[in-house]
This record gives sequence, C-alpha cells and structure tokens, in this order.
Amino acid sequence: MIGQRKVAKGKRGGVLCFGCLCLLATSLTAAEPQVREAELKRVEVIEKVAPTVVAVFAKGGAGGGSGVLISKEGFALTNFHVVTGLGPFMKCGLNDGVLYDAVLVGIDPTGDVALVKLLGRDDFPVATLGDSDKLEIGDWTYVMGNPFLLATDFQPTVTYGIVSGTHRYQPPAGTWLEYTDCIQVDTSINPGNSGGPLFSSAGELVGINGRGSFEKRGRVNSGAGYAISINQIKFFHDQLKAGRVVDHATLGATVTTEADGAVVVNGILETSDVYRRGLRSGDELVSFAGRPVRSVNQFKNILGIYPKDWMLPIVFRHEGERREIHARLRGLHAKTELMPGPRPQPKPRQPMPKKDKDGKPEKTPDLPQAPPSDPHAEAKKTAIPEQWKNWFVAKPGFANYRFNQLEQDRVFVSLKGLGDFASATGSWRLSGQSMAGDKFELTLAAKGVGLEIRDGAFFQQLEDTDPADEPQGTGGFLIAAHQLRLLLQAGAKGFTECHYFGSEPLDGRGELADVIVTTLGAIETRWFFSRASGLLLGLDSRLLEDAEPCQIRFDGWNDFSGRRLPATWRVTSADKEFATLKVEKAEVAGKK
Amino acid sequence: MQNAECKVQSVEQSEGQIPLAVRFQAPTASRSARSRSVMQLAICTLHFALCTVLFPFSAHAQSTRDTISALQPKVVKIFGAGGIKSLAAHGTGFFVSKEGHIATIWSHVLDADLVTVVLSDGRRFTARVLGAEPQLALAVLKLNGAEGVEFPYFNPDEAISAGTGTRVLGFSNMFNVAAGDEPVSVVHGVIAAKTVIEARRGVFDSPYSGPVFVVDGVTNNSGAAGGVLTTRDGLLLGMIGLELRNAKSNTWMNYAIPVNELASPIQQIISGKFERKKDPHEDEPSLKPRRYKPLDFGFLLVPDVVERTPAFIDSIQGDSAAAKVGLRSDDLVLFVNDELIQSCRALHEAIGRLESGDQLRLVVRRGNELVNVEMPVPKKKE
Repeated sequence: MIGQRKVAKGKRGGVLCFGCLCLLATSLTAAEPQVREAELKRVEVIEKVAPTVVAVFAKGGAGGGSGVLISKEGFALTNFHVVTGLGPFMKCGLNDGVLYDAVLVGIDPTGDVALVKLLGRDDFPVATLGDSDKLEIGDWTYVMGNPFLLATDFQPTVTYGIVSGTHRYQPPAGTWLEYTDCIQVDTSINPGNSGGPLFSSAGELVGINGRGSFEKRGRVNSGAGYAISINQIKFFHDQLKAGRVVDHATLGATVTTEADGAVVVNGILETSDVYRRGLRSGDELVSFAGRPVRSVNQFKNILGIYPKDWMLPIVFRHEGERREIHARLRGLHAKTELMPGPRPQPKPRQPMPKKDKDGKPEKTPDLPQAPPSDPHAEAKKTAIPEQWKNWFVAKPGFANYRFNQLEQDRVFVSLKGLGDFASATGSWRLSGQSMAGDKFELTLAAKGVGLEIRDGAFFQQLEDTDPADEPQGTGGFLIAAHQLRLLLQAGAKGFTECHYFGSEPLDGRGELADVIVTTLGAIETRWFFSRASGLLLGLDSRLLEDAEPCQIRFDGWNDFSGRRLPATWRVTSADKEFATLKVEKAEVAGKK
Repeated sequence: MQNAECKVQSVEQSEGQIPLAVRFQAPTASRSARSRSVMQLAICTLHFALCTVLFPFSAHAQSTRDTISALQPKVVKIFGAGGIKSLAAHGTGFFVSKEGHIATIWSHVLDADLVTVVLSDGRRFTARVLGAEPQLALAVLKLNGAEGVEFPYFNPDEAISAGTGTRVLGFSNMFNVAAGDEPVSVVHGVIAAKTVIEARRGVFDSPYSGPVFVVDGVTNNSGAAGGVLTTRDGLLLGMIGLELRNAKSNTWMNYAIPVNELASPIQQIISGKFERKKDPHEDEPSLKPRRYKPLDFGFLLVPDVVERTPAFIDSIQGDSAAAKVGLRSDDLVLFVNDELIQSCRALHEAIGRLESGDQLRLVVRRGNELVNVEMPVPKKKE
C-alpha cells in the first residue's frame, strides 16, 4: 500500500517516479511470498471447513438453504426460517456428494435458529466453534453455503469479506426472528445462504447467516448481511439438542432512557422474579449479565441472546443504593404462542414473498427477509422414511420429543447408581445437625412429610391437602423434599410431566448444569445435575407459578446402608437461608 | 458492472497504477539498457499491482482492525428530515475540524431546522448547516454546544487520490444499522474506475457531475451518503455520494466524490469566505452541441415528476411558433415526426435530435380530438 501511495503522489516527473519504482521494487520481493502464503492459507481454510457445510433442500427441491455440522453424530445448525414448513424430515447434501436424510431436532423461532440431525453416519466432519465476541470490525470472514440453490452438486459457494459491525441489532418481524447482538458483514449473503456458516479467517464457526438489508437493489447482497452470533447459539444449544421449541428471555420490566442517558425501569410486572428481588419502577439499570447497560437499545441487544428461565446477574441502583441480584428471567412468549396452531399474524416489516396463483408464497431459496407468518405453519405431510421413523416423536411443545427422551435418559443414568430406592416405599428418616448446631429430623413418607428442628415441628400431609409453604418462608421445603423422594423412587414416572430443559449456569453464576423440569399438579421443580459427575447438585421447587421457590443445594453424597443420599442440604428461599442440614443418619425403609 | 457503462474520461497521467502500466509500454519500443531496467521494474510493479488487487494480505487483517478503530470516531451519524417512503431520515458525515465541523452530502436529510448528530460513542449533538455547495453535493455542518470539545477529524487538505486497483474501505451509516451507541458500518472494496459520472436520481439528473471513484463493493446504500472512502491504511479519498443509478445501464452505482474536489469549499465554508462558484459551463463554451428544446418552439411541458410523465403542454408563449400553429396548454403530445412519445423525457429527446432546417410535426390529443401541427425548426442560436 505504501508503494501505491508513493506512486499516487509522484506527480513530479520522471526522476521521482523512477525513485518510487525502485522503492516499490524493494518492497516487492518481500511482498510476493506473503501474498502467496495468504492465498494458500485461504485455500487451506476453505478445504478444511467445506466438508462441514450443509446444503438443505426441501422435498422435491422446492426451496432450501444452508447449514453447518457441529457434531460428528450429525447435528447441524441452520435457520429456523429454512426448516419452516419442511416437516420433521428433510434432505441435506454435503460436499462428499452424498445426499443424507435429516431430521428436525429443535427450533428457536425468536432467534431464527434450528438444529437438525443428519442421519446415517457417526463420523460426520465437524466445524470448530469459535468465540464470536472476539470478532472485531475489519476481520476477514468466509460465508459458505448454498446461495440461489447453486449447490446442486452440494459443493458450497464461498464468499469472502469483512466484519462491518459487531453487536448489531436487527428488529423482529412481530416477535419472531429478532437478531440481537448479531454480526454484520459485507461478505456476500444472498437468498439460499440462510442457515449457513460464517467462518472467521481461522476457519472457526462464529455465526449463522440469516439476514441481509435489502432495499431498492432487490433481494440480492447489498453489502449488509447479518449472522446470529455463535455465542448466542451456545446458550441455546443444549435446549435445541433436547428437541425443544425454545424461547428467549424478557426481564419482566420495561425500561426507558432518561435525558441524562440513564436506563430506568418505567414499568414492572409484580409477579416477576426481578420484582421479588427488589427491582422497582424508577430504578436505574447498571449492568446485565456482566455487561454495562448504556442505552435501551443496547440493553435489548444483551437481553435478547439469553434463554427464557435462565438466572442472570443484574446490577441496579435503587434510591441511590447499588444492588446486585440474580434473577430468573421470564419468557418472551406465552407457552401457547410457541405451540402449533393459528394465531394472529405478526405484521411483517418487509414485503412478504410473492404469492403464486393459489395464494401460497412462491417458493424461492430461503430468504433472509421472508419472515414466516407462523413458525409452525403448513408443516407438509411428508412420508416419514421407514428406516428413520424412530428418530421422530411428536409431542405438543416440542419440535421432536425423541431427542428429549434421549437427554432425559442420559441425565437419569446417574440416579440409577445411587441405589435401590424403588423398593423404599416406607418412610425415610434423615437426622443430624444443622450448621447452626440444631438437631433435626426429616421424615419423608408416602402420606406426609415432617420436620423437627430447633423447638419446632412442621408437617405437610400429602393426601387431600393443598401443598403449603411449610416451614413458613422456605418456599415449601417439605414439599421440595418430597419431590426428591419421588425423583429417587420413580424418576420421571414420579411426576405428571418431566422434560429435559437444557443447561444453565447454576444460580446464575456457577458451572453449567443440566436441568430437568418436573411438574406435579401445580408444583414445578427444576433439578440441577453436574455435567462433570452427573450428580444431582440441587433443586428449585415452587408451589405455584410465580411463587418464590424453595432452593436446596447439595454438597457431597454419603452412603447410608447401600443407598446414597445428599450429605449436606443448604435450604434457602428469597435469598434467605432457612438452614444448612448435615445428614448424619438416614434410615430408608422398604415395604411395611 | 455499472462502471463498465461509465464514460471514462482520459486518465490523468502519473496517477495510481494504470499509468504504471502505460509507462511500461513505452520502453518496449526502445532497447536501451535503462529502458530495459525500467521495464523490469515496471513488470514487477504491474505484478505487484495485480497481486494487491487479487490477493489481499492476511497481515492486513490486523492493521485493518487498527485503521478502522482509529477512523470510526471521525465518522458520525446524522438524523434529520425524511422517513417517508424511500426517503431515509438518516445519513452520514465526517469531522473536518477539531472544533466540530462536519462535511456531509447535500440532501433532504438536512432539510430540517436542526439535525441531530450522533458520534461513534453515542454522544449526541444538534447541528446546523453552516454552508453548502449543491453543485458539489457538499454541505458543512457545525455542532452546537461543542465549544471546548475536541473531535478527531479528517484533514480535507490531506486527502489523496488513488488509481484503479487501490483497496479501499467505506464507512457509513448505511441502512441505519448502527442505530444505537455504536460505530458506523464498514465495507471493503477496490477502486474499479476513476471516471466522470453520468447518473440520475429518479428522473432527475444527478446534482453532482464530476470525477468519482467507482468502487466494486456496495458502498452506496440508503443513508450511506456523506460517509467516507479511505484507502485500506486509512488515508482519506472521497465522500460517499447519494444513491444514483447509472444513466445508461440503470444499475445502482457505488462511488465516492474525491475530497480533493471538496477541500477548498470545505475550508472556505468553515472560514466564512465561501462564495459559490459560477457554473463552469456558464462561462466556458459548451463542448456539447446545442440541442433544441420545446421552448425554442414556444411551448413548455408540465414538470417532469415521475418516471414517465405524460407529455402535456403546460403553457404556450405568445407570438411563438407554437402559438401560431394553434397549440394550447393541456394538449397531450402523442407523436413527434411519427415517433410515439410516451413521456416528457421522450419528447425532450425527440426534439433534441432535430437539426436546423428540419420540420417538426406533432400529433397532439386535445379532448377527444387528434390535432396535427407542423412548424419549421428555427436556425440554432449560438
């Protein structure tokens, strides 16, 4: 570049020009191998990652998009708007020239992400996940995929460009397809690139391409394409892999920017967790999930990348006093909104795709800006391939319940190693001392739960009585303890409903834990399992929706006559500790 | 490629890389030792130029990051009038003084009492238009309430020129993507041509006609005008222009106006000594042959407002040829010398093709009647 500039400025005649040429010549000999090296590196990167790029085709070749493999078992990411309407099974081509059958696993209609699984191999090539927060404006990127459905031989098209913006926000169509904290690139993204990978210059997967700014130039690249950050997708990955229809988080409060730039709460739901933790109208948000809040837009941007039901740290200022809380976030949508069926159509911001003569949208390669009117609309009745039919189980609220069953099985394996609780239908008596030095005895029986501690005695009858907050202020410790008995005795079968949620950071700050959610009547319990050891780390059990849960955290598991039970129970509710119980003795009786 | 259709004027000597290629041809004719060495160098240089165009260095990734982060604080987002239909209410500008003077494109966005300027770090200011040079599509703004604040800026006097093949960066608030407290978007490209634009905006001719850098990347989007084009290592080249279509191919153009052209009016506006230059064409004898206009025959058409404005006659001058043959206002011209006329523009073109001594035959519709008129083409006024 320096050489070029010299020449550009060298208007002063031949001698100067000649001098410039000499300068150029010296820089040349050094530049050339570097140029060649850069080219070879690009070729190498492309060769390495191209086998992981998926060409997604609808049945009969009517439309499609792109995707990328992220596990050797065949899990591949794509856009939700690519798989909409394809039904549970589709065809996916790889650059080995083979067209594979694939099954839908999980969907994120808000974030425009879907997970599918390619079938028939257990050694698929895999893209390495990068850290999208490390991307900077000006970094080189590769977009690979199936623009204009050119990849009829499944060889991906490669385009190369720079990051134009980071942490961008692209508004939703209604409440669906909201791109928060996304990556803006000038790398060509065209119809059909949807769902395909954005690779960093090192060939790491940093995003899923899904949108572009199209205006008067028509539906082709106009220099502004958007990719969902891989870091956002990492938060949802375990939920998607569990066959779920996932939802994004909302605070339960609305915020506005004051004249001085402060972001202030101007409305709050009194049933929300943030309200119970002390956030009030008029309070100023300082930081969210560890990132400083500077404007409403930027707050929306940070909030949008998190899943519903995660617990996250929030710092705010209440009457001048700085407070830090960990609050569980609500969902952006009502449960029914995420279920299949007609609902009011969100008004699309962009023009809808052209309609053919039957009034159905004309099927073109999946377009970044063609918002699906309904995330579950017109799933075509495609014949399920006989050899793969066991890969799909339909269940309301799930994209493919088969994958949730698999995850439940995986997590519950650890319970089997704890001993034979199935036959322990008699009463269980756990006793010991609390950390405060008080003796306690906890009795878990089929018909009731009792606790004696300090000078008090508490009892919860389990038949013909409503579950109560007993002891008062614990969020229903006795009921929570009973849930543990049910889980150990019968696993999922002990409850009316049980599903694997995905993973979340324990208490909003700890390790990532596997989460199972069970319901029994109105009682909902979240069970946290260590991903490293498989051991149960604790549970949050609430008596009613929006009630303060009873939180129990376990530390260590001891063997009591062939059955393992948690050694230390820390019981809290509403950030107040009730007691930390150390179990010294446990008698678990079989049939009477 | 729209630039293929652009009229390329003679390339300035000793500018950019094209002249190098030109110079390389001269020595091949002679066989002196000196010219041989020049030739070798020139070949190398050409090779270098090609490599630069085709294979961007990976080493640049790091320096491009640094270049971009250093330049972004100098580029601002401008919010003003607009927001209706395809008229965006956002634009881009760049600091040209540390006191908060901003150069931007002269556009409808500035058609407001006060415009809002948002910096890359989210600071907001109001600004007023200090001066404008519509012929260069240039406006200069001054931030209000910014006394004592120093801003990072581009020095317009340090703008350079560059030739075809130079790798460039475009900075702009295109599509208002950077709506929050965030820096503007950056795109990359290569200068595909240095030429004179012949373009139009809707049905109107482009306000600016002069030299431009045509870029192979998509730099000119809605709201991008007023942004900057720099070399990959951050030297100021041009100001991104309004969205225009090439007059011949009807394709969208990606171009920037060289800041070299704007530097002195910018400084004059800032110093308050600005006087609008007369249209250079007013003084110089036009190189273009003079073409006939409807007024030469004594009639005027309705304003040309849409793509195909029907060719209605708006008014007739008294004692003109048109008045003599009985043309009236509200007549719709259907044919000119047997050529079907579908719009005002088609009529202008048809009349423009007439030569002295021709006959002008018109068929006009008046109410439900078709009326034929004929008049001689007058002698050209020089």
